[in-house]
Amino acid sequence: MERVAVLSGNHAVAHAVKLCRPHVIAAYPITPQTQIVEKLAEFVERGELKAKYIRVESEHSAMAAIIGASAAGARVFTATSSQGLLYMHEAIWSAAGARLPIVMAVVTRAIFPPWNIWTDHSDILAQRDTGWIIAMAESNQEVFDMIIQAYRIAEDERVLLPVMIGLDAFSLSHTAAPVSLLDQDKVDKFLPPRRAFSFLLDIENPITMGNVAFPDHYMEFRYLIQKAMERAKQVIREVEEEFYEISSRKYGGLVEEYRCNDADVILVLMGAWSGDAKECADKLREEGLRVGVLRIRFIRPLPIEEIKRVSLGRKAVIVVDRDISFGGTGILFTEVSSILQQNSVTVRGFIAGLGGRDVTAKDFAQMVKQVYTDLEVGERRSRVEWYGVKEVI
Amino acid sequence: MREKIVPISTPAKGAVGKTGFWRTFKPIIDREKCIKCLLCWLYCPEGAILRTDDDITIDYDYCKGCGICANECPRKAIEIVLER
Amino acid sequence: MTITIKSLSREEYLLPGNASCPGCPASLGLRLLGKALGKNMILVVPASCTSIIQGPYPKTSIKLPLINVIFASSAATASGIAAALEILGKKGVHVVCWSGDGGTVDIGLQALSGAAERGDNILYICYDNEAYMNTGIQRSGSTPYGAWTTTTVLGKRRHKKNLPMMMVVHDVPYVATASIGYPLDFIEKIRKAARYKGFKYIHLLAPCPVGWRFPPSKTIEIGRLAVLTGMWPLYEVERGKFRLTGVSRSLLDKSKRSPIVEYIKIQGRFSHISEEEIRILEEYVDKLWEDIRKIIS
Repeated sequence: MERVAVLSGNHAVAHAVKLCRPHVIAAYPITPQTQIVEKLAEFVERGELKAKYIRVESEHSAMAAIIGASAAGARVFTATSSQGLLYMHEAIWSAAGARLPIVMAVVTRAIFPPWNIWTDHSDILAQRDTGWIIAMAESNQEVFDMIIQAYRIAEDERVLLPVMIGLDAFSLSHTAAPVSLLDQDKVDKFLPPRRAFSFLLDIENPITMGNVAFPDHYMEFRYLIQKAMERAKQVIREVEEEFYEISSRKYGGLVEEYRCNDADVILVLMGAWSGDAKECADKLREEGLRVGVLRIRFIRPLPIEEIKRVSLGRKAVIVVDRDISFGGTGILFTEVSSILQQNSVTVRGFIAGLGGRDVTAKDFAQMVKQVYTDLEVGERRSRVEWYGVKEVI
Repeated sequence: MREKIVPISTPAKGAVGKTGFWRTFKPIIDREKCIKCLLCWLYCPEGAILRTDDDITIDYDYCKGCGICANECPRKAIEIVLER
Repeated sequence: MTITIKSLSREEYLLPGNASCPGCPASLGLRLLGKALGKNMILVVPASCTSIIQGPYPKTSIKLPLINVIFASSAATASGIAAALEILGKKGVHVVCWSGDGGTVDIGLQALSGAAERGDNILYICYDNEAYMNTGIQRSGSTPYGAWTTTTVLGKRRHKKNLPMMMVVHDVPYVATASIGYPLDFIEKIRKAARYKGFKYIHLLAPCPVGWRFPPSKTIEIGRLAVLTGMWPLYEVERGKFRLTGVSRSLLDKSKRSPIVEYIKIQGRFSHISEEEIRILEEYVDKLWEDIRKIIS
């Protein structure tokens, strides 16, 4: 019988990682990720997890170390946040380019300056072009489940790409919630030891990784990452089905659709505040407004088909971004608009909740109602606005 | 034909071709003077001096003509001539 | 135990037909590394001339498992490989960083210091050609005083960073200097280092014909002159115990050292150097040896 434990998001990550039996963990502490790496260090020191734990001197080295370990055949893990993720950025590209099945947890946090340790999705979304599979969880349970699935996805020979799993600072990372754990033997069966493949650092097979590729080859390397990313969509779905067999839990593949079937208006967003958006949908339905929520679980690979299918024929799609691409718009808004541009769907964007500013179901309701009001007067233009920002000059 | 691409490279002699073509100056061993001390073999940055038993020959396919062998030879048994 | 040339394996791990410049000390260094340790090593190579020497995909000139890594990350990557080998039970494989001076004394220093402080089981070799040669001869923290580079066209105004000594204070089991002018000494030091578990560091002076402006036939000769003039002392520090090695053993006595002009005059990078600048370099060398004297006594 599986145990239910009350765990913070950070500890849910640590417990999930332990069940995946990584060989090498390298990490550098950063608020609000610290409890992940502390807990894992404790597991290792107590002998509950047989792994090498490298207490590196920076995030750049954390990623470098697990790249080395992964290239030598180990299953690896690291976790970071915000500045740490940005400091790691160069190495993040390396991991994907080398096609290494690395898994990393990212506690999403605002970017300096000014200092701010609360949630914001700008850090993880700044990694979207790196060749990593990027997912965001809504709950501690989902974080736990996603980490375990991440190794299966990353190590699948159709994919061989690294995976990062995002969880919001504090609202998940430091908030305790019940998490159904899984027995080790179930996880072992679901996630067998990492298979060796042809490109590992091995003295019996002296190969070189990453030497110069001239223009007549470089492009194909990039193309193959893109193909792997496209194949990953199917792998993500398959892995979730298999995970369902051992856990009775599934979330919907690349996206989660919540009350979308008959909805007139769809809220599109990702991360922990999706729960508030769902609450908003429930409440507005009581008022007769048919609102649904499309929660983006995977931003890479981009769930193009899902977004299209769920969005078409609606009165409006409202994308709420906890990030901003300065001089552009919200990053999710850009992604969603690019998919829907030819389909005459009204796409409205809101930039909200940056640096951990509280956004509740009430706030989502206000956004939705504003869009309804505009639609009633025939205002159908797509646009992006800042929600709840003070008047400043 | 579809080319299978994996992100690794495999060892091969002449990875950038026969680098002997780069040569401006050519080392020539004077067999009479050579005492087979193997210093030229040790110092050759290319591994283009081949050591067979305890003799040496120059692999002109790959010798880039740097002239270290001639410069270091204690018996001045290697002459450098202009490549033709 | 003295190593003889005849005892060295004929097996080559740097294959001919690679992309190194004629007279390249890095390619010779790689050859010698292969002679020292044989096939039982994994190489980590950050951005440097060696990135190019290998040649392009799908071929490589290095017959060893090798991972090319981003500039600042070689020591950390090696730490990860060493950790993986240990936990996967793969014994007897040396993890060797092969980094240039830029990747060591400048951009790679943080990762290097971290790995050394942790005592990770790697051998870090810096092949020091005293500038960013692969990008076209720009000044590095390892460029000596007075040397011309493309970013110090009037000569560098600061002395070379003393990286080996910096590694010594990390209290690692083995630190050594070597020069490409003394290949057997280099091989011996690699083998000695490889016997230690933990972090080992070897700093190889690698005179670069292109960047130092001398004929490619002079690489070994200049490597020797660096040592004979006292510009580059050969030593090793085993478990904290300092020992001069090779010809450097007799050079504490200044009168035994060749004048540094013999080293300087055959390098185009010093062609503009003034009497005053030569005096500053001489003082630097004297101080280097004074410091060594203090360590020994």
